[in-house]
Amino acid sequence: MAREQHDYDDIPGTFVFDQERSRQGYGINMFCMSLMQEENRKAFKANEAEYLKKFNLTPQQTDAILKRDYNRMLELGGNIYFTAKLGATDGHSFRHLAAEMTGSTQEDYANMMLAGGRSVEGNRSKSGKAAKTAKAAKPRAKARAKKSRSKRG
Amino acid sequence: MARIIAGVSSSHVPAIGAAIDNHQTEEPYWKRVFSGFEKSKEWMERTKPDVCIVVYNDHASAFSVEIVPTFALGCAAEFPPADEGWGPRPVPVVKGHPQLAAHIAQSVILDEFDITVVNKMEVDHGLTVPMNLLFGSPKAWPCPVIPLAVNVVLYPPPTGHRCFMLGRAIKKAVESYPEDLRVVIFGTGGMSHQISGPRAGLINSKFDKAFLDNLTKDPKKLTRIPHIEYMREAGAEGIEMVMWLIMRGALDDKVDEVYRFYTVPASNTAVGHIILENRARARKPAAKLTRSKMKRAAARAKVERIRG
Repeated sequence: MAREQHDYDDIPGTFVFDQERSRQGYGINMFCMSLMQEENRKAFKANEAEYLKKFNLTPQQTDAILKRDYNRMLELGGNIYFTAKLGATDGHSFRHLAAEMTGSTQEDYANMMLAGGRSVEGNRSKSGKAAKTAKAAKPRAKARAKKSRSKRG
Repeated sequence: MARIIAGVSSSHVPAIGAAIDNHQTEEPYWKRVFSGFEKSKEWMERTKPDVCIVVYNDHASAFSVEIVPTFALGCAAEFPPADEGWGPRPVPVVKGHPQLAAHIAQSVILDEFDITVVNKMEVDHGLTVPMNLLFGSPKAWPCPVIPLAVNVVLYPPPTGHRCFMLGRAIKKAVESYPEDLRVVIFGTGGMSHQISGPRAGLINSKFDKAFLDNLTKDPKKLTRIPHIEYMREAGAEGIEMVMWLIMRGALDDKVDEVYRFYTVPASNTAVGHIILENRARARKPAAKLTRSKMKRAAARAKVERIRG
């Protein structure tokens, strides 16, 4: 069955960790939780593919983990607070992972943050429906609501 | 009678904790962040609450994906710092206030908030970073703390309105506790940030500043922000800001904003911080007014019944 569509799927560059992704990615997130223990980190590092067999993962999920493809892990149901534990096992911070997921170099990403971060302008909507600011959208929504109320009345 | 005297909100960025633990607070990048909390620490030192309620979220430390409670109230006698993968943070064990926590649990559940009671829980940076920002790094925390963990990791988190109303129920619970305690409530997390996916690094200062303004003056407006708007405007993880509304709901309608600080960035995040104080109450006249209002309401109800 294809993924059910939600309003938030329109936000670009974002994988919302919802109930469906949580169901799908249970194995990824439980694998990541296991890395909270030192002996598990060692076992994973010693033979990654073998260690991953202990978890209920699809071949695509296993592949994403082995390749450290963080965006793909999120798409397949991983959550950043969990996958960050894999990052930590590799010695990386949240910011390091964030830079990787955006496709920037570490330096470029750090400079973008120092300059005030990524602007929301142009980053609100894939479809362009919500391209304008939320404030601008509100009065229209209110006007529509009034109209429909007056029709009913 | 116990009373909530003030509310504090603050971001809880893990890198702030790391900067404290690694003694980097004097480095220019971090000094910019920490200097914004100097006045807050002085305020806390003067205020000396008897108990703090800290609303925060767990980040896959105490709760994995096995159990995901929407609201989990820490009712234990103590809460050790969690090992988040680098060993537990070198901060004191958080001492709870089991009596007040039990009272709050009993009261809010009867008020229709079906919270989870937690008697064993480790607390992560979500709770300990704001503690450091307001109390510094003492050998022991100066007062007991009741943790309230809110799920903002697995979508959907509770709505902003639900959070605000839980705050209202907490206020009622605290005010019905017989011992004279002065309570400060923390709302933590945010402000705008996204740490996941290709849109990571998103910051929206305009949204954040409007949120801070309305938190003081018109919090009801904030309770109407739908989840999609938080995620779109303030980043996927910016949705944490719903937790600030629990803090705000636990305060009176009219509050005094005594301090505010905002800076970008700390790691991936816009750091926001605000201190709101309840105004001193003239208790007796207020009580009289309420009674007379009740009399009028009762008289009106009688008239209605007669007419009906």
